Amino acid sequence: MADAPALPPTARTKPVESSRNWPLMDRLMLACCWVAGVSACVIAFAIVAYMAYRGLEFLRPALFIERPNADLDQSKSGGFLDPLLGTLILTVMGTALAIPVAVATAVWVTEYGRPFWLARAVESGVEIIAGTPSIVLAIFGLIVFQEQLLGFLSFEAEGGSVFGRSFFTAAAMMSLIALPLIVGSTREGLQSIPGHVREASYALGKTKAATIRRVLLPSLRAPIATGTALGMGRIAGDTAIVVILLGGTLQLQGYGDVPGLDVLRGTGSTLTSYVYLNSPAGEGSAPEKAYAAAVVLLAIAIALNFLVDWIVRRDPTKAVTAAARR
Amino acid sequence: MTMPDDSADLIVDGAGPPPPIRRLVPGGAPTIVLPPPPGTITAPNGAGGTGPTVERRVSALPAAQVAERMRTEELRIAYGGKEAVKGVSLPVRRGEVLALIGPSGCGKTTLLRSLNRLTELTPTATRTGRIVLDDQDVDTLEVTDLRRRVSMVFQQPNPFPMSVFDNVAYALREQGSRKPRKGALMEPVTEALRRAGLLTEVQDNLDHPALRLSGGQQQRLCIARALAADPEVLLLDEPCSALDPKSTATIEELIVRLREEVAIVIVTHNLQQAHRVADKVGFMYLGDLVEYGDGDRIFSAPREERTADYVAGAFG
Repeated sequence: MADAPALPPTARTKPVESSRNWPLMDRLMLACCWVAGVSACVIAFAIVAYMAYRGLEFLRPALFIERPNADLDQSKSGGFLDPLLGTLILTVMGTALAIPVAVATAVWVTEYGRPFWLARAVESGVEIIAGTPSIVLAIFGLIVFQEQLLGFLSFEAEGGSVFGRSFFTAAAMMSLIALPLIVGSTREGLQSIPGHVREASYALGKTKAATIRRVLLPSLRAPIATGTALGMGRIAGDTAIVVILLGGTLQLQGYGDVPGLDVLRGTGSTLTSYVYLNSPAGEGSAPEKAYAAAVVLLAIAIALNFLVDWIVRRDPTKAVTAAARR
Repeated sequence: MTMPDDSADLIVDGAGPPPPIRRLVPGGAPTIVLPPPPGTITAPNGAGGTGPTVERRVSALPAAQVAERMRTEELRIAYGGKEAVKGVSLPVRRGEVLALIGPSGCGKTTLLRSLNRLTELTPTATRTGRIVLDDQDVDTLEVTDLRRRVSMVFQQPNPFPMSVFDNVAYALREQGSRKPRKGALMEPVTEALRRAGLLTEVQDNLDHPALRLSGGQQQRLCIARALAADPEVLLLDEPCSALDPKSTATIEELIVRLREEVAIVIVTHNLQQAHRVADKVGFMYLGDLVEYGDGDRIFSAPREERTADYVAGAFG
């Protein structure tokens, strides 16, 4: 060969493309994106840091085990044991109600979805629930659960009218807060399972029901858990339903004489309503307790977030999904 | 029974230099059409014509061991108004591997899927003509029974998200249940794994998740799963196209070994593969079964011009 082959272009010293040669507009845009991204980080850290700074100052172990009292003397007004328990009970009940309904909805819409118009109607229904402000859900719940027929879920006030406020009724409405999140992640999980996996099951002589139960549902553990953890965060963070449908009583006030059930038929409060009550805006006016409770609430929310990350990372069926996306 | 002599030509080892691309020309020896990579110097005694030819893995079984299990009669399948299979009549026999070849979209996969009525999963698909399994019209059979008797393996390895054992046992258990329990199924499950040539690799890890296996092992697990219920016909839809050459060779051997027990239909884009494993070859083009016959004859002396063009690589 006579001609010497052209030399390859000299290797860039930096592996990252430099924006130095970009037009000014592009560089400004890039800077804006960069600032926006970083500020999201800064705001998140600021919230956590400030709440930790204000809250940890007032956070004492005793607050976790003392029952709250309505007392103007803050040394006697106790801790937030009851609201903490309230948050836990409500979160567990709400998600326990939401999971079966949400998974069934997602499976029906994704795997059956006939007739088509009904499936679309169900989808919009779920979207409407997701978009409804929780205070509207709360008022709606109050109307429904004050029906005489549903009196067993709460209790009758003096004069025979149904009170409508209890852990049962609040959890029922809270489940609607978690429902769209679980439906969404379950549907995403189902859609990521390639069609030939279902067909492989049919090709072994299995019915659709058997396929859903033994092949699809086991693949959905991670998506369902993710949606549930997100839903728990939303339930733990909601205030409107607690104030309106849980009664917002400082202590758990049972009703009835069946142990356990009495608490669920009775009223109570959660960390959110406790924070509201004790904040400078509320009646309790004990900001230090509000800060302490708020930091606990924030810690719960962050823990749930990490839980979601962890579930997604250790998903054993990720191989299937990865193969499907190839 | 003894293996014929040419089994020595089995391509078992995937290591070493990749084989050159060969095209089979009608009526002649396969020629090598691999252009030398740019910049390389062609050796004076180049590889032209001296490389190994595409060999059948084993010769055909004696006629006594061949028995018809399935048959299509004037089978027509349409999606909406578009006809994908246009009046195909074919026998499927135990003791023979039937390969369906043809360009993409020629209806070979549709034909394959219709054999165990998987086409019915597509709402727009309509079918006329008869499909017969052991003298019974498949439409008269319960579809779940039919699919246990005519099982299928897909292009992508698709083990279920459960253990190796449960994957195979899945086919043996009652619809959605987990019963019978492990003990009662150990024997049929290990037997299916053995037939699929996977047992020695997984027998200590039957409880491991199937998704941890390699791609080739996963595909053999899918074959074991399909064999577990002891089907009469095994349908393979491009079973090797997602696999590396070594796994492909293993599965090809497996296919040839299994043909004595079960009738096999394989859809493949790989003409060499069709030549290596198939006793009978059906060439499909635009929904027609253009030519059907012995694999050797289809590749060496096709009667139809379209077949000749295709096996020569004209359609690609």
